[in-house]
Amino acid sequence: MSTRPPYNTEEVQVAPVIEPGHTYSSVTDKISAIVLTRPTSLGWVAGFALTFSLVMVLTISLAWLLIKGVGIWGINIPIGWGFAIVNFVWWIGIGHAGTLISAILFLLNQKWRTSINRFAEAMTLFAVACAGIFPLIHTGRPWMAYYMFPYPSTMGLWPQFRSPLIWDVFAVSTYGTVSLLFWFVGLIPDLATLRDRAVKKPLQIVYGMLAMGWRGSARHWHRYQTAYLLLAGLATPLVLSVHTVVSFDFAVAIVPGWHTTIFPPYFVAGAIYSGFAMVLTIAIPLRKAYDLEDFITLHHLENMAKVMLATGLIVAYGYFFEYFMSIYSGNKFDLYLTKMRFHGPYSHFYYMLILCNILTPQLLWFRKARTNVALLFVMSLVVNLGMWLERFVIVVISLTRDFMPSAWGRYSATAWDYATFVGTIGLFVMLLFLFVRVMPAISIAEMRELVAETSEGHE
Amino acid sequence: MEHRSHVYGVVAEFPTPHDLIHAVERTRDAGYRRIEAYTPFPVEGLSEALALKRNNVSLITLIGGLTGGLGGFFFQYWVSVIAYPLNIGGRPLNSWPAFIPVTFELTVLGAALSAVFGMLALNGLPRPHHPLFNVHRFVKHATSDRFFLCIEARDPKFNLSESARFLQGLHAAHVMEVEDD
Repeated sequence: MSTRPPYNTEEVQVAPVIEPGHTYSSVTDKISAIVLTRPTSLGWVAGFALTFSLVMVLTISLAWLLIKGVGIWGINIPIGWGFAIVNFVWWIGIGHAGTLISAILFLLNQKWRTSINRFAEAMTLFAVACAGIFPLIHTGRPWMAYYMFPYPSTMGLWPQFRSPLIWDVFAVSTYGTVSLLFWFVGLIPDLATLRDRAVKKPLQIVYGMLAMGWRGSARHWHRYQTAYLLLAGLATPLVLSVHTVVSFDFAVAIVPGWHTTIFPPYFVAGAIYSGFAMVLTIAIPLRKAYDLEDFITLHHLENMAKVMLATGLIVAYGYFFEYFMSIYSGNKFDLYLTKMRFHGPYSHFYYMLILCNILTPQLLWFRKARTNVALLFVMSLVVNLGMWLERFVIVVISLTRDFMPSAWGRYSATAWDYATFVGTIGLFVMLLFLFVRVMPAISIAEMRELVAETSEGHE
Repeated sequence: MEHRSHVYGVVAEFPTPHDLIHAVERTRDAGYRRIEAYTPFPVEGLSEALALKRNNVSLITLIGGLTGGLGGFFFQYWVSVIAYPLNIGGRPLNSWPAFIPVTFELTVLGAALSAVFGMLALNGLPRPHHPLFNVHRFVKHATSDRFFLCIEARDPKFNLSESARFLQGLHAAHVMEVEDD
């Protein structure tokens, strides 16, 4: 199969994509039991309570923001973007892995995607939801946000379609919609399974309504598969376009450090990098807590680590080329910006970024590191931090040191900035807690397909 | 036996996808045409065994994508050139390269929405109830681990007892009558 790693398989036992001995019913039972029969554990309640209280922190921060305005944040001219845009780009980047796993790995017929695509897609939706909050509240008057959409207003005004900020509105909202459709279409057969296995009447009704009467008819599957394949084909260029458009927000501006053509590919690579890091951050505790080691095997973790290494190297190439181009161009503003990255007031952020995003992931060259689950978990957190620092470096260093020394400034986040950011992390994790409790975290129908294929392989 | 209006058909249960495909082939060879298979996951080769034609989901998606893309582009053109022209240093009003990102996004959006809703519409979903849900074993196993083949009553060759016996002869694990309500 194409998923075979290149090393000698006789010496090194390759972890399978599903542990042997599973049948259609064992797969169905095990995954649906997490939702239907398993009692709510104390750990779940504790985790939910903690993250729910963080959502309360978010609510308070947003309420105070609406009362006082964006002045409660650390932003001030010349640094108008600050945490809002840093967090927006960070969250949107994280949201890239779900659709990448679902769409691109589906088109490439990678079997190992099966057990991770469902929760990675859910993660995408929640990350996009968190991302969407920031530009909205950053507008200062979020109740006027509908101005960004083209609608026939009595003032005869229309959006400026030549602006990357409007492209962003379309890119992010399309991405959110298509990710939701993709996720939901994948869920339909599993919702039918839950409907048929639920014992309580209210659950039967809720899952029944969501499953829309799916009954696994061959004619339905026939159209379903066409639609799913087409969605994968559509989502593939879409996922690449979203962070490209986000990078245009920067690259179209003439600010030093932003105005470069390498931004689109390097943003996309960075997005996939942080996205896979976040999938690992979620997958490792999830498989432990719900005994899913049979389905999310070391093979999956190792493959994700490899994707992280590859995209991390592309990101490193991007950093190098930013540095090289500032020297090669001889543009004094670009040169000065590079100097500020290494020696300026925010240089410790830059060195931390290099440490987190370039140096630490080099450990992933070693198979021992890729199969050490605890180490992998720590590294995924380090990469998440590193990618956040990257956006901080891009936004803040460039804005504090642009052309005129008289326009230079300093930026430091306030407690409200941190509260809002931590609040969205709470929202993200809380939604994941809810998700694993009410929806099958692994695609049951696709796992059955995998069982069918592997059992045929043994015959 | 004459056509009985309260019978939807007769359904047989098979343990493996292989048995199901075999049964479908035999049933079609026997001249039955109004038949449908039900599986807990898409089974390879089943569409061919049932002789399903290419479906129209791709065409609907193409139309949706073209509508989204062309509509998106010309909408931007209309806004920027006709409805709200802004003369900025004499630059062209129809600055089409700047319209491409939104055109692309709307193409994908139109195509994706029509793929999903086209698929659901062609499948006749949502349809909360179906006669097969009257069969207890179908509800219990069709979305889990068993493979079903239904000969519908509207098939001209359909005869409740004969069709049931025919399915029994295909080594079905169970054969059940499906009531129409």
